[in-house]
Amino acid sequence: MSQHVNTSQIKSRVNINKIFKYLFIFAMALAMLFLAALIYRIVSQGMDYVSIDFLKNFPAPYIEEAGIFAGIMGSIFMMAITAPVSIIIGVSTALYLEEYAKQNKFTRFIQINVQNLAGVPSIVFGLLGLTFFVYIMGFGYTLIAGALTMSLLVLPVIVVSSQEAIRSVPQEIREASIGMGATKWQTIWRIVLPASIPGIITGAILALSRAIGETAPLIIVGAATAIYTIPDSFMSKYTVMPIQIYSWTARPQAEWQFVAAAGIIVLLVILLCMNAVAVWIRNKFQNRY
Amino acid sequence: MASNQMNKNLSVQDMIKQNKQKKNLGNAIEKIVPIFLLLCAVVSILTTIGILFTLLRESILFFTKVPLTDFYFGTNWSPWTEHFGVAPLIAGTLLITAIAICVAVPIGIACAIYLSEYASERARKIIKPILEILAGIPTVVYGFFALTFVSPLLMNIFPDMRIFNAMSAGLVVGIMIIPMIASLSEDAMSAVPKSLRDGALGLGATRFEVSMKVVLPAALSGIIASIVLAVSRAIGETMIVTIAAGATPNLTFNPTESIQTLTAFIVQGATGDTSYHSTIYNSIYAVGITLFIFTLLMNILSQYISRRFKEDY
Repeated sequence: MSQHVNTSQIKSRVNINKIFKYLFIFAMALAMLFLAALIYRIVSQGMDYVSIDFLKNFPAPYIEEAGIFAGIMGSIFMMAITAPVSIIIGVSTALYLEEYAKQNKFTRFIQINVQNLAGVPSIVFGLLGLTFFVYIMGFGYTLIAGALTMSLLVLPVIVVSSQEAIRSVPQEIREASIGMGATKWQTIWRIVLPASIPGIITGAILALSRAIGETAPLIIVGAATAIYTIPDSFMSKYTVMPIQIYSWTARPQAEWQFVAAAGIIVLLVILLCMNAVAVWIRNKFQNRY
Repeated sequence: MASNQMNKNLSVQDMIKQNKQKKNLGNAIEKIVPIFLLLCAVVSILTTIGILFTLLRESILFFTKVPLTDFYFGTNWSPWTEHFGVAPLIAGTLLITAIAICVAVPIGIACAIYLSEYASERARKIIKPILEILAGIPTVVYGFFALTFVSPLLMNIFPDMRIFNAMSAGLVVGIMIIPMIASLSEDAMSAVPKSLRDGALGLGATRFEVSMKVVLPAALSGIIASIVLAVSRAIGETMIVTIAAGATPNLTFNPTESIQTLTAFIVQGATGDTSYHSTIYNSIYAVGITLFIFTLLMNILSQYISRRFKEDY
C-alpha cells in the first residue's frame, strides 16, 4: 500500500535532467561556436592577402607590399635559441627533481617555485628580461635578450611536462638496469631518458608553440616592428610574427586589419602544424609497459 | 675481434690500469652530473629571485619619489602629468576580470559537466582536442578578434559604446579562459570514483541529480581551484586588453567605456618614450609588482585549495 509513487514528480525530475542535458550541450556548442567564429572571421578577412609575396616581403608602408618574412625568420631564429636553452635546463631540472633530489624542504621549495613561476603573468617575465638582459647584461633590444626571456618563460612548463614523462617510466626497468651493473647515470642516460623522450618532446613542442604566440614579454624587451633585414647574429635587432600582427592591428586605417588577419593565418597554420606533430608523437610513441 | 687482439698485446696489469681509468672517468661523471643537474634546477629559483629583485629595486626607487599611499589610494592615473594613483588601473583590471569570469565560469563548468558526465567516449575524443586548440590560440589573435569582431557587434546593441571598450575585451578574455576552467574542472570531476555515481544512479537519481549532488560537491575543491587560477590568468592577461580595451585609465565600472588595465599600462609605458630611470619608467615596475602580488596570491590560493580540500577516496 505504501507504493504510492508520485509519477508527476518523477516526470519533472526526468524533464529537468533533459533540459539541463541540452543546456550543457548548448554551452559546449557555444564554446565551439566561438572557435568557429574566430577562425571564420580571420580566414574570410585575411585569405585574400595571403600570397607568396606576403610570405617573402618585409613590412612596408603600403598594404599591397607588406609581408611577414621578417616575422617568420625572427620567430625561427628565436626558437633556435629558446628551444635548446629551455629544453636543456628544463629536462635537467626535471631529472634532478625526479631522480636525484632527496625528499627534503629544498626539493619541495624548488617544486613549489616552479609551479608558482608557471602562474606568473608573461608580462612580468618581460619586465625581468628588460631589467636583467637588456640593461644589466647590456644586450640591448636584441635577439638574444628576447630569446633568453622567452626561455625563462617556458621553462616551468617544460619542467612540469618532463617530470611527468620521467615519472611515467616504471621503476622496474630502472632496477633491472641497476641490477645489470649499470651506474645511476648510465641508467638515466640509456634507459630512463630514451623511454621518456616522447613525453618530453610532446611537452616541449607544446611549450614552444606557446612561446611562438607570445607577444607581451617581447614588446617589453623591445622586439621592433619595422625590420628590413633578417637577424645575422645574436645581437641583431629582430621581430617575430605576433609582434608584426600586433603592430598591424594597432594602425588606425581599417584596411590594415586584413593584413593582420593574413599574418594571423600564417601564425595559426604554423601553430597547428606544431600541435599536430606533438599529437602525432604522443600517439605514435605512447608508452606501453 | 679487434679488441681481443688489442687485449692480447697488453699485460694483465695494463688491462687493470685501463679498467681503472675507465672507472675513474665513470665515477667522475657520476659525481659531476648531479651537480650540473642541480645547477639547472637552481635556474628556476634564480628566475624567481630575479623577478623579485628587479620588481622591488625599481619600485623602491619609484616609492622614494611617489609615496606609497598616493600610489594605492590616488584616483588619478596620468603618469605623463605626474599623477600616479593606481586605482583606475586596478578598477580596469577588476572590471575585465569580473566580465571574463561571468562568461567563463558558467560555460566552462557546463562544458566540464557535459564532458565528464554526459558525453560519450567518442564525443570526448573529438571535443577535447578542439578545446585544446582554443587554449593554444595566441592572445594577440584573441585581441584582434575582440577589436574587429566583438566590438562592432556590441556597438550594434549599445550604440553609445566606444570601439575600445571593457566589455568586448572582458568577453574575449572570458572565452580565452573557458578551456582552462573546462579542462581542469573535468579532471577534477573525472577523478570522482565511478562507484559514487553508480550508487546514486542505483538509488534512482537522474544523471543531472548525480552531477549536481554527487559529482559537483565531490569535485568542488578542484573546480574552485580552477576558477581561482582562471582569475589569475584574467588579471595577468595582456594582449587582449592592450588591443581591445583602450588606453584610458578610467575609474569606472561601466563596461561600455574605454579603460586601461595594469598589464596594458605596462605595455604602454614600456613602448612609449620613457627614458631609463625616469619616474614613469619606475612606475612600470610599481604597477608590475602590484600585478605580481595579485596573481601570486591567486596562484597560492589555488594551490592551497586543491591541496587542502582534496578528497581522498
